[in-house]
This record gives sequence, C-alpha cells and structure tokens, in this order.
Amino acid sequence: MIRRLFVVLLLAVLGGLFLALQLGYVPDAQLNQTAAYYAEHGAGELGAANLVTAIIVTYRGLDTLGEVTVLFLATTIIGLVLATGRATISSESRRTQVSELLTTGSRLLAPPIMLLGVYVFINGHLTPGGGFQGGAILASSALLLLLAEPLRDFSHSLIATVEALSGSIYVLLGLFGLVFAGGFLDNRFLPLGTFGELFSAGAIPLIYSLIGLKVGAEFSSVLVHLSATDTTEEQP
Amino acid sequence: MNAILLLLTALLCVAMLVTAVTAIMVNSTPIAILAAGLISLLASVVFVLLAAPDVAMTEAAIGSGLTTFLFFFVLARVRAGSEDGGEL
Amino acid sequence: MTTLAMTTGFVLILIGLYGALTNRNLLRMIVGFTIADTGVHIVLVAVGALPGRTAPILDAAVPPAEALARIVDPIPQALVLTAIVIGLGVTALMLAYAYRLFVRRGTLDIAKMTELKW
Repeated sequence: MIRRLFVVLLLAVLGGLFLALQLGYVPDAQLNQTAAYYAEHGAGELGAANLVTAIIVTYRGLDTLGEVTVLFLATTIIGLVLATGRATISSESRRTQVSELLTTGSRLLAPPIMLLGVYVFINGHLTPGGGFQGGAILASSALLLLLAEPLRDFSHSLIATVEALSGSIYVLLGLFGLVFAGGFLDNRFLPLGTFGELFSAGAIPLIYSLIGLKVGAEFSSVLVHLSATDTTEEQP
Repeated sequence: MNAILLLLTALLCVAMLVTAVTAIMVNSTPIAILAAGLISLLASVVFVLLAAPDVAMTEAAIGSGLTTFLFFFVLARVRAGSEDGGEL
Repeated sequence: MTTLAMTTGFVLILIGLYGALTNRNLLRMIVGFTIADTGVHIVLVAVGALPGRTAPILDAAVPPAEALARIVDPIPQALVLTAIVIGLGVTALMLAYAYRLFVRRGTLDIAKMTELKW
C-alpha cells in the first residue's frame, strides 16, 4: 500500500509540472524561425510538395539514418533474444487449423496490400505518407500471410537481403549527395523536375522508397520472430 | 463548422480517456491490449483534426495495427506455455 | 482545440505511467507504456498545430507562395513520425524480453522476480 502511495505522490508531482506547462502555454500566432524557413524555401530548394517528407529525408536526413539504425539494432536484438536456445521448429508442431476461406482470401488480398504500400512510399513527396507508413503496410501484408499460412516457412534470407541491400544503397545515395551536391543526403544530385509531379524532388522518392523497403523488411522480421518462436521445448 | 470540429475533438478526447482508464483497470489482458489499440486509433483521428495527416497514417498503421498484433503474438505464446493462461 | 488535445495527452501520459507502475503483470506494464507513448505523441503534435491553419502539404489549394501564412509547423510532425516508429521498436524489444523472462520463470509476475530485491 505504501508503494501505491509513493506512485500516486510521484504522479501528482508530475501532474503539477504538466499543469504548469499547460497553463503557461500560449499558441504561437506565427511560425517560428526554423519552421518559417522550411515553409518558405522547402518547396523551392528541394521540390517536395510534402514538407514533412522534405524535413525527414533531407533537412534532417542524418537523424532519419540514425533512426533506421536504431530500428535495425532493435530488430537484431529481438532476433538474438528469441533465437537463443530455440529448438528447430517442426512444421507439425505449429498450429495447422486455419480455415480455407482465410487462406484463399489472404492470397487474394496480400498482393494489393503490398501494392498499396509501394504506392504510399513512392508518392511520399507529394501526398501524406512515405517510407515509414508504406513499410508498415508492407509488413501488414506479410502479417496477413503469416496468419493465413502458419505452415509456410518465411524466407529469412530474403528479408535479410532486402534489408541489407536497401540500407547500403541508402547510405550510398547519401554519399552521392556529398560528392555531387551540397552535403550528405542532399537530394539535388538528381534533377528537381517539375514541382508536384511523380518524378520530381531529386532523390527524395528514391531515398524514401529505400527507407520503406528497409522498414518493411525490419517490421516483417520482428513479426516473423515473435510469431514463430517455439516455446514448448524449453519450459523449465 | 468550427464548433462541430471542437465538439468532435472533445468527444474523441473523452473516449480516449475512458478507454485508457479501462485499459489500466480491467482484469483481462486481451481487453487491455485492445483498449490500447483503440486509443491509438482514436488518436489518429485527433491527428487529422490537428492538421497532421502524415502522423495520423503512421499512428493508424503502426500504433493500432502492428503493435496490437505483436502483443497478441506474445500473449498467445505465453498462454500456450502456462496453465493459468498468463493471468495473475 | 489544441488546448483540449494537449490536456488529453498529458492525462494519458499520467494514466499510462500509473498503469505501468502499479500493475504486476509484465504485459500489462508494457500496455501502460504504450498508452503513455500515445499521450506524448498527442502533446507534441498539439504544440505544432497553430489554430486555423492547414496541413504542411503544398498543392493547388496551398501554393508555395502562401505557405508561410497558411500551414502548421511541420517539425513536430516529423519528430512524432520518427517517435512512433521507434516506439514500435522499443515495444517489440520489451515484449521480446518479457517473453524471454516468462520462458525462464514460467511467470509474468514482476513480484516473483526477486534477484534485484533489497
């Protein structure tokens, strides 16, 4: 009971802090300096209609590279944690009771979902969406297949290859920017094109597509790891 | 127009808070997981109202979709490996 | 509208932390953390949303010349986008470790894990 009192006290202090923040908050009437720069020059400098994409891929591209690295590390650690002492999974030991309706339906649905994912990250510089959302949609089509056909062995090497290739090409494109344009991950080594068209904004669609493939591969590998780990052999 | 949006936001906020209390207080773990997913889904509608469609897409796809499934995968594994079904 | 959303976000953080600190089941603690996560996202987006403005996507309706006066702050949105993705990575990591603990102990009860107790 003393512990619960402690928790409530701690949260009350935190709540007071939040209350002070909330009461002292005055919404800006104007954009602040950085945001105003992005709003004024973003479209002209980078040619991207979606300013959030311009910030993620180019202005703050290094942060995104770091983020993708963190995600990669998390995926690797999950594989490591769940793989230690894992017995070889026999196909028979897995759940086989899946209705035929679900299997057939998901075979029909998975390709269009994958296509939607690709559409979302290719158009990331024009419409809402981009690599992270598209990658999540790709992973959800992998999830559908995983649910519908638990017996099918997911190719770990295919996922690993897609992830490694897209990650390396991403860094390589960043270096291209360093050599042929203004700096690391600068998108202007390709022509900017006409504002608002699919092939515009330099390398942004290319880089965001690679991010999408990488994120999709990473999420898929997390899902495969968490769903396919066998428990029964190693109970103490 | 603006009043309708304000009303909608207020409704969504109340729904989120009620769902959050449910998620913390309810006894069954699956309901808690679903409630957390529902909070993410409602939050993605709030993001659209706050003029952030990118964030709304991400929250809907990742926060309420993939996260919920990760929880259920682990819960299924836990239930398969214990007699009491993972409940305390 | 932004004030309302921000208050909700703050309260969600508090509710989530309360759940994470008082539950004994590891999975329920992680659920609390994800709720707090959502709260943080709402607060950050609400800070960037200026009243009466539109999304930071330029097209025929919002030409680049008018962008300065008509769009909301895009930087918090970019930050929250990354935060959501990293949030899923962290949640998956917590779940993997919770599962690993369960395999070793046969329980998810945090009170039964006594190595670090004093």
